[in-house]
Amino acid sequence: MVLEMAADGLAERAALGPLEHAMTFAELGHRARRAGSVLAELPGDRVVLIDENSPAVPIGLFGAAIAAKPYVPVSYRLADDRLRAIVARVAPAIVIAGAGAADRVSGIDGLWVLDRQELLARVDDPSVPERDGWGCDPDAPAVLLFTSGTTGDPKAAVLRHRNLAAYVVSTVEFGAAHQDECAIVSVPPYHVAAIAAVLSNTYGGRRVVQLEAFDPERWVRLVRAEAVTHAMVVPTMLGRILDVIEGDGLGLPSLRSLSYGGGPMPQSVVERALQVLGHVDLVNAYGLTETSSTIALLGPDDHRVAAASDEPAVRRRLGSVGRAVPGVEVSIRDPSGRPLPPGTEGEIWVRGEQVSGEYVGAVTTDRDGWFHTNDAGFLDDDGYLFVRGRLDDVIVRGGENLSPGEIEAVLLDHEAVEAAAVVGIPDPEWGEKVVAAVVLVPGASVSEEELRQFVLAQLRSARTPERITFLDELPFNENGKLLRRVLRDQLAAEFAG
Amino acid sequence: MAELKPGARLRSVTCTTEVVVVRATGEVDLRCGGQPMVEMAETSGPSGEPAPGFDGGTQLGKRYASQEAGLEVLCTKAGAGSLSVGEALLDVQGTKPLPASD
Repeated sequence: MVLEMAADGLAERAALGPLEHAMTFAELGHRARRAGSVLAELPGDRVVLIDENSPAVPIGLFGAAIAAKPYVPVSYRLADDRLRAIVARVAPAIVIAGAGAADRVSGIDGLWVLDRQELLARVDDPSVPERDGWGCDPDAPAVLLFTSGTTGDPKAAVLRHRNLAAYVVSTVEFGAAHQDECAIVSVPPYHVAAIAAVLSNTYGGRRVVQLEAFDPERWVRLVRAEAVTHAMVVPTMLGRILDVIEGDGLGLPSLRSLSYGGGPMPQSVVERALQVLGHVDLVNAYGLTETSSTIALLGPDDHRVAAASDEPAVRRRLGSVGRAVPGVEVSIRDPSGRPLPPGTEGEIWVRGEQVSGEYVGAVTTDRDGWFHTNDAGFLDDDGYLFVRGRLDDVIVRGGENLSPGEIEAVLLDHEAVEAAAVVGIPDPEWGEKVVAAVVLVPGASVSEEELRQFVLAQLRSARTPERITFLDELPFNENGKLLRRVLRDQLAAEFAG
Repeated sequence: MAELKPGARLRSVTCTTEVVVVRATGEVDLRCGGQPMVEMAETSGPSGEPAPGFDGGTQLGKRYASQEAGLEVLCTKAGAGSLSVGEALLDVQGTKPLPASD
C-alpha cells in the first residue's frame, strides 16, 4: 500500500540514489512489483536478506510484501555458526545474498539463494511480469527481525503489515517532503530503524541515498556531495562524525534534521552536537524492534529549550527520550503491574496500534494490549520519558535497586572517560557490589580513586563503584549491545574477595 | 450499512476514489459521491457522477474521519467525489506536526 501510493501519487519524484541518476518512485514501483513476481515464483516461505545497504533493500522489502512472504533481514556481521542457525530457523526461504553471503549459508536445507546483483538485474528487465502491489493481508507478518539477546538464542520479533502501516500513517504526512530533501541511510538493513526509514521516506516522498556500510569520513563526504537534509544515526556513530567535522571545520551546511536512537546517547555528545551543528534540528527517537520503531521523541525544540534552560528539571530533559508519539501510550509500572507516579522509576510499558510485542512462538502483549519493554525508566511531570537501561541489568545492593545506566551517565560526564559500563558482582555482605569498567579517551589519564570521588560527589555512596578497571575496549556483541554478562564474569574474577 | 474492519479496502462507484479503513467501530454507511462505497472485488453497481454537494473530491494520502461514527479512512487513490457517512461529509485530518525522525 505504501509503495503503491507513492508510485501513483509521487511517481516522478526521485526516490533512490544520487541526484544525477536517481530512481523515481514510479520506477521503484515497477521494480518492486517485478521482484514480487520473482519472489512469489521461487519456492520458500520467507525472503531473507544478508547484505549491506543497496537498492535491493527497498526492492526486497516491498517485493517480499507483494509476494506475501515475510521479509527477514539478517546481520552479515554475525559469526558463521550464529548466522547459519538463524537462517536454518526461517527455512524454507529465499536468500537475497550480498557478496560472500551465499558461501556462508551453503549446505542448509530449503534455501534458494538469489545473488543481489542478479535480483537487481532481473527487476530492471521490463519483460519480467509485475505482480499486483495491493494484495497483502494486513494481519500477515511483513517483517521478522531477530533481536539480540546477550545470552541464549535471539528471538524473532514479528511485525505485521498493520503494525507498520499504523506507524507510518500516523507519523508521516503523505508526500509532504519537499523536492530538495534527501535522507541518508547508513544503518544496516537488519536494524528496525532501516525498515522504518524505507517506509517513512517512501510514504513521505523523500529521496534516499544509501551508504553501504558506515564509515564516518565517507558519511560526511556523502552528506556534503548529495546535500543531505535528513540523517539518522546510532549513538556510536555521532561522536565519530563530530570528530570528522570538527577536524576539517567545514560543517554540514545542508543538514536540517539529525535523528539518533538505538541505544543510550551520552548527554555530552548531544551537547557537543548542539554546538557543532547548531543549525540542525536534533531528534532523539526511542523505540524497540517490537514497537515498529519510534514510540517517543525528543524534538528539536525540546533540545533547544532544555539546553538553554537554567532550571535543572528542564535541562535534564536532554538526557530523556522525549514524549510519546501520537497514538502511543506510555506507563511506568512496578513489578506487580501497578502504575507508578511521575518521578518514580519502574518498568516502561507501551501500548498502541503500532506495538507488536509479538515474537515467533509467543505474544507478549498482555490482555490490555500493553507491551512490557523490560526497560527501566520514569516519566517526569510533563510526560518526558527517561530510560535508565534494561531491567535485568539492575544491580541489587543491600536490597536497593541500582540502575547501571545512571552511574554510567555520571562516569561518561568525566572528560577523560570515553566509554563506561557498570555491573554488579557477587558480594558476601551486600549481595552485589557495584564495579565499573572504563575506556579512557585516547591520551587522557585519570586514576581509579579520582573517578570514584567524581561519582561520589554526584551520587550517594551506594552508587559509587567500589572498584574501577580500565580496559582498551568494552565487550560488545555483533549487534552493538554491551555484553554485561561477560563483563560481570570478568570483573568478578578480577575483583574477587 | 456495512461492518468495516481496519485494513479493509473500499472503492467509490461514482468516481476513482479508493480508501483503506484506518479506524472503525461497528456498522457504518460510508459513501462517496453520495453512493455507498463497495469492496474492491465488487465490479457491479451503478456508475455515474458524484452527486452535487458530494463532489468536492478526495486527495491521495489524506485521512478523512467522522468522530461521531468512529471512522477514519486513508485515501489511497484520489477521485472526484467526497466521502461521507450517510449525508454527513467526513473531515480531513491534519497530521500532528512531528519533527522528522526517520
